[in-house]
Amino acid sequence: MKVGLFVPCYVDQFYPNAAIATLKLLQKLGVDVYYPPNQTCCGQPMANSGYEHLTGNCNRLFIENFSEFDYIVSPSGSCVLHIKDHLHDEKRESDALNVRHKVYELVEFLTDILKVKEINASFPFKVGLHQSCHGQRGLHLSSMSELVDTPFSKPMQLLNQVKGLEIITLTRPDECCGFGGTFCVVEEAVSSKMGKDRVEDHLMNGAEYITAADMSCLMHMEGILKRKNSNVKVLHIAEILNAE
Amino acid sequence: MNSIKHPELSTIFNEDEERVNWHDDTLWWIRAKRDKAAHGISEWEILRETASQIKDNVLSNLHQYLIDFEAKAQANGIVVHWAANAEEHNKIVLSLLQKKDIHQMVKSKSMLTEECHLNEYLEKNGIDVIDSDLGERIVQLAKEPPSHIVLPCIHKKKEEIGQLFHEHLGTEFGISDPQILTETARLHLRETFLTRRSALTGVNFAIAETGEFVVCTNEGNADMGAHLADIHIASMGIEKLIPKKKHLSVFLRLLTRSATGQPITTYSSHFKKPRKGQEMHIILVDNGRTVQLGRADFRNSLKCIRCGACMNTCPVYRRSGGHSYHNAIAGPIGAILAPNLDMKEYADLPFASTLCGSCTNVCPVKIDIHDQLYKWRQVIVKEGNTTAAKTMAMKVMDFTLSSPTRYKLAGKIGRWTIKHAPFTVNNKLNLWFKNREMPEAPKESFSEWFKKNK
Ligand code: SF4
Repeated sequence: MKVGLFVPCYVDQFYPNAAIATLKLLQKLGVDVYYPPNQTCCGQPMANSGYEHLTGNCNRLFIENFSEFDYIVSPSGSCVLHIKDHLHDEKRESDALNVRHKVYELVEFLTDILKVKEINASFPFKVGLHQSCHGQRGLHLSSMSELVDTPFSKPMQLLNQVKGLEIITLTRPDECCGFGGTFCVVEEAVSSKMGKDRVEDHLMNGAEYITAADMSCLMHMEGILKRKNSNVKVLHIAEILNAE
Repeated sequence: MNSIKHPELSTIFNEDEERVNWHDDTLWWIRAKRDKAAHGISEWEILRETASQIKDNVLSNLHQYLIDFEAKAQANGIVVHWAANAEEHNKIVLSLLQKKDIHQMVKSKSMLTEECHLNEYLEKNGIDVIDSDLGERIVQLAKEPPSHIVLPCIHKKKEEIGQLFHEHLGTEFGISDPQILTETARLHLRETFLTRRSALTGVNFAIAETGEFVVCTNEGNADMGAHLADIHIASMGIEKLIPKKKHLSVFLRLLTRSATGQPITTYSSHFKKPRKGQEMHIILVDNGRTVQLGRADFRNSLKCIRCGACMNTCPVYRRSGGHSYHNAIAGPIGAILAPNLDMKEYADLPFASTLCGSCTNVCPVKIDIHDQLYKWRQVIVKEGNTTAAKTMAMKVMDFTLSSPTRYKLAGKIGRWTIKHAPFTVNNKLNLWFKNREMPEAPKESFSEWFKKNK
């Protein structure tokens, strides 16, 4: 099984540790991981701003970089969802479709494909899990509070395997943090307020760390935490699952 | 063109953070009630699916159902009118009143008449309109539009309502006890019901099979108005049809559970024919609906039964208030319906969302709301309803991201800038920085690390 690692642009530039942890975690689990060096971005920032028609170049590049793999894995639910839903290439539509079918967010890859039952990790802290919307409602990483459904959570399933880790309960289990790509600047007031409220829920319930399967939400919440001078930290779920 | 858009209006709303918290909590409380009601019914998701399919059928056969409904309604003695747009609708109402020399009308809540701006039109033409839904009456007294389709004055605190009642209905200064305020409103409205000769109601469901229609209210005000008036006018959007009477139960079970968490609306009033000596009219209004029906990506939005669940759950609506949508129908569904009517005016609304998808999940008729918001963004940009600056920025982004070399260089410059010249990003021009710190710049990107460590 050959796996291509997709590291989204902002993770590459600002959160290399999340990507390093993802790579090491996959290697630890015996996966044959490759990192195509010419990758850039999934194109989501343009598409969500209404400029899907400008994503042709990103799409082409993505297909070139990742077509050859059995699976494509990425530590970002949001980017994976974008690829899954919107990757097109007029000239190589069947390749595009193929890529869309084999792209996985890290957590779902671990639970659904590798079927990981035991993770050798230890993280003795109180952790709040932020259910990023695109991962949760888009990729169905966990059940959603709006639906009448049997509860499940793939990230929780993994976090429960980490020694010493205590998950805190949130007052609003799956509210959006307000990042939303360019929404965070176009709708600055509402976005910041949503971020503040989301962070507050974690703080009120005693989190020492906030984690998620999506670094973008964490980047947003980190910005708010730092502005508050809080010592609560954010960590991508891969960093916790890889912690010894 | 309205120059004040959602981002500016919600910035103003957010100046009073206490108020935002209160607004958010109030609506979240209703969303929680909705969850409880939904989870109380094990077949909830089946109900949603059923409702969605019934509405799909309606939209695919709208033409036939409308003709069936018209024939049945006429046979029942209801006069049927057709209005292509808001203006025609308003004219029909006015002419019906003028024919009978009526200058006062009592109205039950109808979002369609808000959409058509009927009140303003009638008032300009010398007709005095009183809204009989309590919330609607309150915003009417405040000279404001409703901020929510089910809870029109949800943005007002009880103290503010007390003040309004003091000014307009003569309650004592400083009274804000809901019990007293409701009593006062009741008395005031009772007099209205007894003296007005004309009543207008909305329509929640119209049944093609029987030619009857159903109006749902919690206060019974639609009945009170309609039963006492000489002339009852009902205004309905053409999408309000359902095929058969037996389908009604599906929608009645979904409507208030989704709206407020109640098992059923307090009054579901069925109107089939005028009583002796009364005139009953129904106006079937298009106002952009057939255009939307023709837009394959957006036709689903016509399934909406106006329960308001998508607004209550929307984290953006809860923190920006209904008026920030500058449209009769606010929130996620309003953001899909409005651009259909005027794309330029409402080009901002599909962007007033994080696409979190919660709206789609609560919608009792399974409208793919957040996917439609995404699709509207593409249409709006393609049709040129965007700014040159934004287009420029996106082109630069494409230029940078389409080449690995340019991307890596840009990343390096970006990180260098944050580290060595933070003042260039940590300033007023950077909207991120207003309430949030910038991410720290690591010493190397992942790809640089990988090169060294692979
Ligand atoms: S779109 Fe759905 S949730 Fe929103 S008001 Fe309409 S029926 Fe209710």
